[in-house]
This record gives sequence, C-alpha cells and structure tokens, in this order.
Amino acid sequence: MKIAVCVKRVPDTTSKIVIAPGGKSIDETGLKFVPNPYDEFAVEEALALKEKAGAGETVVYSLGGPPTGETLRTALAMGIDRAVLLESGGSPDGLAVAQALAAELGMGGYDLILFGKLAVDDYNHQVGPMVAEILGMPCITSVAHLTIEAGTVTAEREIEGGVEVSTCALPAVLTCDKGLNNPRLPSLKGIMAAKKKPLETKPAALGEPALEVLDLQLPPERKPGRIVGEGADAVPALVELLRTEAKVL
Amino acid sequence: MASRILAVMEQRDGALRKVSHEVLAAARRLADAGGGTVDAVVMAAGSVEGADQLARFGADRVLTATHPDFRLYQPDGYAATVSAAADGASAVVIAATATGRDLAPRVAARLKVPCASDVTELVAENGAVIVTRPVYAGKALQRVRLTGTPAVVTVRPNTFAPSETNRPGDASAMEVPTFGPRVTVREIKAPAQAALDVAEAPVVVSGGRGLREPDNFRLLEELADAFGNAAVGASRAVVDAGWREHGAQVGQTGKTVSPGLYIAVGISGAIQHLAGMRTAGTIVAINKDKDAPIFRTADYGIVGDLFEIVPRLTEEVRKARTGH
Repeated sequence: MKIAVCVKRVPDTTSKIVIAPGGKSIDETGLKFVPNPYDEFAVEEALALKEKAGAGETVVYSLGGPPTGETLRTALAMGIDRAVLLESGGSPDGLAVAQALAAELGMGGYDLILFGKLAVDDYNHQVGPMVAEILGMPCITSVAHLTIEAGTVTAEREIEGGVEVSTCALPAVLTCDKGLNNPRLPSLKGIMAAKKKPLETKPAALGEPALEVLDLQLPPERKPGRIVGEGADAVPALVELLRTEAKVL
Repeated sequence: MASRILAVMEQRDGALRKVSHEVLAAARRLADAGGGTVDAVVMAAGSVEGADQLARFGADRVLTATHPDFRLYQPDGYAATVSAAADGASAVVIAATATGRDLAPRVAARLKVPCASDVTELVAENGAVIVTRPVYAGKALQRVRLTGTPAVVTVRPNTFAPSETNRPGDASAMEVPTFGPRVTVREIKAPAQAALDVAEAPVVVSGGRGLREPDNFRLLEELADAFGNAAVGASRAVVDAGWREHGAQVGQTGKTVSPGLYIAVGISGAIQHLAGMRTAGTIVAINKDKDAPIFRTADYGIVGDLFEIVPRLTEEVRKARTGH
C-alpha cells in the first residue's frame, strides 16, 4: 500500500494571536508552531495501515518555507518513510495549495492520500476534497472511523445528529477527524532515524491567487460581564437577567 | 450589475433543514446589494417538505433537482448539480454544515474558483464578494475579497438570521447532470438519543473538568432538556479523557459555535476553548474559582458549587419556560 499524507505547520492552539504590522497576517515572533493536530491523525492512520499491510511506502508532503521542514521531520520521526517539501511563500488560498499538491501527488501512484479534516489556522476544510476533484479521485471527508477491505473503503463521519456511513474504492482521498486513532509520539529512536530519512525540496507549482486578504483583526472585545452572585441563591437573579436583559429565555 | 446568486438548500429525510433559511438570508444580502435575484437549488430523491415555502424566505426561483441517488447525500452528484446550476451565477452560498463543508470545495475545484469557508459576514462591493471569516478558531477575523466568479462561500450556522418577506416565487425542475458516483453514502446511523448538534443549537450547555466524572453530565443533560432547544457541549479536557464524544467538543480542535446562549459549567476557560464560543450571543459561566478566566469572557457569572447551582438553574429555567 502506497500512502501519501499532507501536513501543515500551524501555530500551537494554546497561542495568543497578535496581528503583525500591516494588518494582514499574524505576528510570528515567539510563536510556537506545531504540526496541525488533525494532520497527526492522518499520519497515524498512514502508519497503522502500512503496518497492517506489512508492506508499502508512506510519504509526507507539505507546502511552506524552510521552517516547514521541521513539521515534516516530526512526521518522519513518527515513522513516515520520506518527505517532500513544496517550497512556497506567503499563505496561498486553498485552491492554489490543492493545485500544487495535486500536480505532485497525481504522479505518485498512491492508493491513499490522507489529510487532516481542517487546519486549525485558516479553518478552510478545503484542500483534501479539492485535490480529489482535480485528480478525479473519490473523497470522503472528516473520517472518524475507517475500514479498508479488498480495495473498498468504508468510512464513518459525524454529521449533525448522526453518523454518515460511506463507501468508495481505492485509490481515494480521505480527510481525518479526531476519534480516528490516537497518534503516537515520536520515539527517541524515531527522532534519530528521521534525521537520516530523505527530505526532498522542490518549488511548489502554485496556481493564480484569487482570494485577496484585505485585513486581519482581533475580534471585538466582549462587553465586560458581571458576577451575579455566589451559590444556588444567585440563580433566580441570573434567570431574571437572562429573561429581561439578555432576552434569551 | 444584475447578479444571480445560487443558494444551496439542505434537506434530510425529505424535509428542509433550518440552516437552508439562513443560507437564503445570506444569499439575499448579496442579491439585494446589486439588484440581483436568488435561485434556491433543492436536491432530493422526491418531494421536499418546505420547498414550496422558500419564496417567503428569499428565493426568487426554486430549482428542484430530483435524482434517485439523492435520498442521502451524494457528493459527486451534488457537486455536478451545483456546478451546473452555478453557470452564470456571481456567487454560490452553501451552509457550513457537515454536508456543505464537504460539498463547497468540490464545487469550487470543479469551477476552478477559490472558496471562502465558514463566513460570518458578507457584502457585495463593485461586483466582488467580500467576506469576513473567523480564523485561528475565532482568535482573529479575516476579511477576504473573492476575485473568481462565481464566489463560492459557506456560511456558519446560527449567523445569518432567516428573514421572511412577501415574494412571488417561481419554481422549476432542473435536470441533474450525468455523474459518476465515486462515493456512495450508505446510511445515516442515528445516535441512541436524537440530539441537537452543538454547532446548530440555539442554546449550548457545556461542561468541563469541574463536573468531576462523566456521569455528572446528566446534570447538564437535564438543564439542556429544561431549555428544550439546547445541546450539551464539552471542553477538550473531558473529550480527551473520553467522557464525551468528540462531536460535542467546543474549541479550536473541536467546534466553533455561535448559539444565542452559551452556559459554561465547570470550565476554566482555556484560550482554545474561549476561541470556540466567544461569538455566542450571551455567555453564562458557573465555576467555583472566582478567578477562572471564563468569568472575563462571560456576561453573567455565578461563583460556587455547580452541583448545587445547576439543579437549581434547571428548576428555574423549567419554571420560566413552562410557567410551573
């Protein structure tokens, strides 16, 4: 089984966001970056599927500048066989990224291409299904449970008030949700081995941008609230405020 | 410029979902800015309850695309249909739901245009669509201009209030283009209890570590039940501990929600949780620690023992809603 995993370098979710001068991007000074948490489910799934098959190859891809190499090394340390960094600057839109990845992945002969369901920086939920459309492959998004038998994928994903069960044939594109697995931590041995694994760098074939970021702002501060009181005795006052002031009851 | 806006309706089991009216409200805004019209496309296997009422919610024309494979969501068939219906449209508006988030990028890729996801504001300006969308789970707001045509956007549930008008609507059937189904949705497994989704519920009652053990979520379920229209959410800590399903998680690695009322119980208010609920209309916090960060984001707070406060709140809410 030949499996590709696409990952993204994102700010740690515990980070406080500061807007950079110019007002269009975030200030990265002192910011801690991590592999996108949903992409770790994709990496883990690729490793588990290869282990189960007993043979195959896993390859991790990412778009970005030189620091993205670290994100790829993390995946290699978890056990992925080799990495490809598609060099690009700025933050291209979902379609541009999908076009660059599809151009690369289309030639790879992959049975499975895995993504996280979304990246926790731009919240797009886009690149996986876009790559699938460009390559003409089946795609199931936000997969939380997966079985692959005799070339058929059966996947479950959460929808509002239920779970949708879908099937498709391999090769396929899947985007991974929390709940699919528990990503392993890179072992010390894995970290050492990752340093010697191949990491290829090539320029990304980005499409024309068609999304223009006008500005980035911090959300408006909420009006300062108030403590209604202490203990259960404060409940009637709260309910009164919800009814008369907030008008939500 | 007389624009035509395509609003993609969502149905389940032959009934329109409420979010469809919100999609129409958002589409209407774009259309009205340029003297344009709104086409609502309904994809289903048979008749859809509520489709004949769409003019009232802003549709100038209802396009019905009927196909036997549309009993459940059919990703490839939906993408082919919406792409065809989008011909000549200046924008395509889709709900940022499980279905819409799956569908929109497929449509955008087919039409070779970019897509703006999870939009909370949108305007038409000089023929271009400009949207506002939360990024970093709501820690920042990004304003984006879409230069491709059509502009494909998904709108966040609970954000665009449905509006009713008197509008003479037109209805016609639309031919479903031939498509090769690469993916087949086999079934929808309903949960043991039918429950509202935290992303769509008008009221969300969320619990954190302060509840001490999973069984105590029963208290929040009772409170949600007293509201009648509430979903039970959870912090990342309790989801990671396996107390609640991931689908209930509110925050940066869970769902970002905008209910009218959000009640945080025993949640301290980590930055990644606050990011997921700060756009709620009214926020109530119940926590024993008066210095918990959640109180700085909440409109109303009660300091104290949740095991005494929550049952009392359930009782008072029930009284307020039913009069006894």
